[in-house]
Amino acid sequence: MAKSGALTVAASGDREIVMTRSFNAPRRLVWEAYTKPELLKRWLLGPDGWYFIQCDVDLRIGGKYRYVWKNDEKNQTLGLGGEYREINAPAKLVCTEAFDDFPGEAVSTLELAEHNGVTTLINTVVSPSREARDGMLSTGMEKGVGRSYDRLDDVLTSMASQPAGVA
Amino acid sequence: MKPSGYAVGDTDLLDATFAALADPTRRAIVARLALGEATVTELAEPFAMSQPAISKHLKVLEKAGLVSRGRDAQKRPCRLEAKRLGQATDWLENYRKLWEAQFERLDDLLEEMKAGEKARTKRKRTPPKR
Repeated sequence: MAKSGALTVAASGDREIVMTRSFNAPRRLVWEAYTKPELLKRWLLGPDGWYFIQCDVDLRIGGKYRYVWKNDEKNQTLGLGGEYREINAPAKLVCTEAFDDFPGEAVSTLELAEHNGVTTLINTVVSPSREARDGMLSTGMEKGVGRSYDRLDDVLTSMASQPAGVA
Repeated sequence: MKPSGYAVGDTDLLDATFAALADPTRRAIVARLALGEATVTELAEPFAMSQPAISKHLKVLEKAGLVSRGRDAQKRPCRLEAKRLGQATDWLENYRKLWEAQFERLDDLLEEMKAGEKARTKRKRTPPKR
């Protein structure tokens, strides 16, 4: 099928993460995939080895959602939950989000725009602090997941290991 | 689970790393140091900045663990701590990679939903369960 647009992720300012991505589908389907547990369970799985053990959605303003993932190999669970603040199907969804074991509550704004059957998604997550934002960037990131991303590290390391020439 | 890849103390340092990289002059210094070590005098040249101003930026970079200084009392050459930088950029890249994998699954699901919808319009739409 037609290739969807590339994902961009940017850490913006001190507290924001902004993700953009386009999908080759009308936004009402993207909306459903984001708001129905039976569909969420199909794609929002986190890194390899994790799967949903709880996925509850009470889609109304003030309603709560709760996701819990499990990794058998690590024998760990990861919980995420929050409350819906603004629901404007299929265009905008605002909710709070907090990881069980990480302090701070972020606010996530999902915006879906549709043009010629293609949906552009913008997800802005504003954390309460820079520390929380950076924690969110690291949450769920296992060392092994970054497998192929040592490349830049290697390049930089080789650059930095040029002869120092000082005592 | 504990947000992985970081112990207490690490958080502060990563915090400082991201903050240090938020400034364009400091990013330029990092870019210059990626080519090899340099003295403060050498660093100040292309920036049209005073040495004290550059030193101030260097202190921030040092505190963030991104730059270290040589012991040579006269020159104290600055050197990029590439591993630290790699850790900071890896985070964002890992995050992007995680979401890309999820969105690729979502692509597949959306195709399935579109196909299902097409098939369903022929029949009467059944209300969802629950």
